[in-house]
Amino acid sequence: MLMRDIQTILWKEWKEMFAWRAAGRGTLLSTLVILLLLGAFLPLQSGEAWFTQPLTLACWAWVPVFLTLGIVTDSFAGERERHTLETLLATRLPDTAILLGKILASVLYGWGVAVLGLCLSALTLNIWLKGGPYFYAPAFFAAALGLSLLATALFASLGVLASLRAATARQAFQRLSIIMLVFYFLPFSVQFLPAHLRLRITEVLAGLDLAGLMAFVTVILLIGDVVAIYLCFRRFQRAHLLTD
Amino acid sequence: MSVYAIRTDHLTRTFNHLQAVDDLNLEVPAGVVFGFLGPNGAGKTTTLRLLLGLLQPTAGTAIVLGHDVRTRADAIRARCGALLEHTGLYERLSAEDNLDLFGRINRLPAGERRARIRQLLTDLELWERRREPVATWSRGMKQKLAIARALLHRPALLLVDEPTAGLDALSAAALRGDLARLAHQEGITIFLTTHNLSEAEKLCQQVAVIRAGRLLAVGSPQELRRRRGGQVHLVVHGLTPGVLDGLRTTFGHEAVQSGPEDGHILLHLAPPSPQSVTSVVTYLVHQGVAVEEVYHEQVSLEEVFLSLVQENEHDADA
Repeated sequence: MLMRDIQTILWKEWKEMFAWRAAGRGTLLSTLVILLLLGAFLPLQSGEAWFTQPLTLACWAWVPVFLTLGIVTDSFAGERERHTLETLLATRLPDTAILLGKILASVLYGWGVAVLGLCLSALTLNIWLKGGPYFYAPAFFAAALGLSLLATALFASLGVLASLRAATARQAFQRLSIIMLVFYFLPFSVQFLPAHLRLRITEVLAGLDLAGLMAFVTVILLIGDVVAIYLCFRRFQRAHLLTD
Repeated sequence: MSVYAIRTDHLTRTFNHLQAVDDLNLEVPAGVVFGFLGPNGAGKTTTLRLLLGLLQPTAGTAIVLGHDVRTRADAIRARCGALLEHTGLYERLSAEDNLDLFGRINRLPAGERRARIRQLLTDLELWERRREPVATWSRGMKQKLAIARALLHRPALLLVDEPTAGLDALSAAALRGDLARLAHQEGITIFLTTHNLSEAEKLCQQVAVIRAGRLLAVGSPQELRRRRGGQVHLVVHGLTPGVLDGLRTTFGHEAVQSGPEDGHILLHLAPPSPQSVTSVVTYLVHQGVAVEEVYHEQVSLEEVFLSLVQENEHDADA
């Protein structure tokens, strides 16, 4: 039953995302640009190395994150702004279905584009390069899929968290941007650590191969996902969503 | 099932230092249209939110359709339809998609959902425009659609917050008509908040008056009018000062408001029961006064409401 309720929210979110002519055109256009850039332009620049280089992983882990930002910050704050939140909360839908439905709508959209892009880039290269067929190594492909899923889930949850109590979608977007900045500047903060700690971190990272690094990032993202989703559930209280 | 759709017992909700709902005791019988009247900021919307379990009471309890709002809000929401302060429609979606969404939310099977959407939209004369985005509709049409959405899953109780607010007179009258017809057709209880007294008079079998979170009066509009008393006009001939003094001595100085002026006496009897009017007429006839005409001037619900609110203001000032 819970799955059916989540599906209902997914249906609503996607319908709103694509059905409305103006919004739908914008969403389709941005999706198309991303697919052209990462499904054709970048692979053609990289050639055969596209199937093995870490840049591919980095691209597909981060691209869906950017795709979801605008959508996810609209999730609750946008409904509040358009005066539909109270009516939605007055229905029989359980909290879990509303919350997970909203997170999943963004995650599946972002991740779906990532999967499509990975396959499209492989297709582009197979057409362009001679001597195929070419495809990603299974571990590499799994890592790209896994990392993009985890990264999207993390930022979708953080976006929902920012959106839960924000008065407008714009305010939610600003809050999420600040959170994103923290993530971007975190690596730079290493230089403020004591010299011996910096040395130790460099040694550990240098000792890791690509697989080890991926495992490390996966664990970090997984922990981040669990914490962010937990915080969303903690913060989702019908009474506070209306009165704050 | 309980004879009451809603029962509140000392229901209280405080926001910081503001008592939005103050010790509210209310019984709403099942199957009636119940009007919850009050000026702006009286606590009507907060009461509605408390009844839907969207807010937790600070004190007291509320039982809606046999369920406690504190513990079974989900069960209440499943059996209630709500049209709140805003229409709550997804303006990017079409009317049909809006209803389809709420049909899905309420787990109506696809076939039943389609049939019900067609029935409601046809009833409300919106069927032809079902595929248009709601954003392009007038406010009156949106309000009608919101009513259709609230009734879609055949709820036992419909909670409606100021349904005609912001509508022109014509649209408001049409909406009132639709609401009354659909409520009768569906046989549901309607709890309607409004500050439009003529609306309450036309739609409601029972009303409650609330101000600053406190319940001032409850009953049918007729009962409330009667309780406030009314003026009885008598057109008489042959009234002497002696008879008038006798009238005042027998029925009280306050009862005889004015007269005699051109043979006209104005009586204020609270409550103006037929017996008390008969006694006055009998007394006058016994005294040799010819009673030409007796008529009862009705107090409107608006006058009742204003006097209740003003009395409450005086009490608060005192």
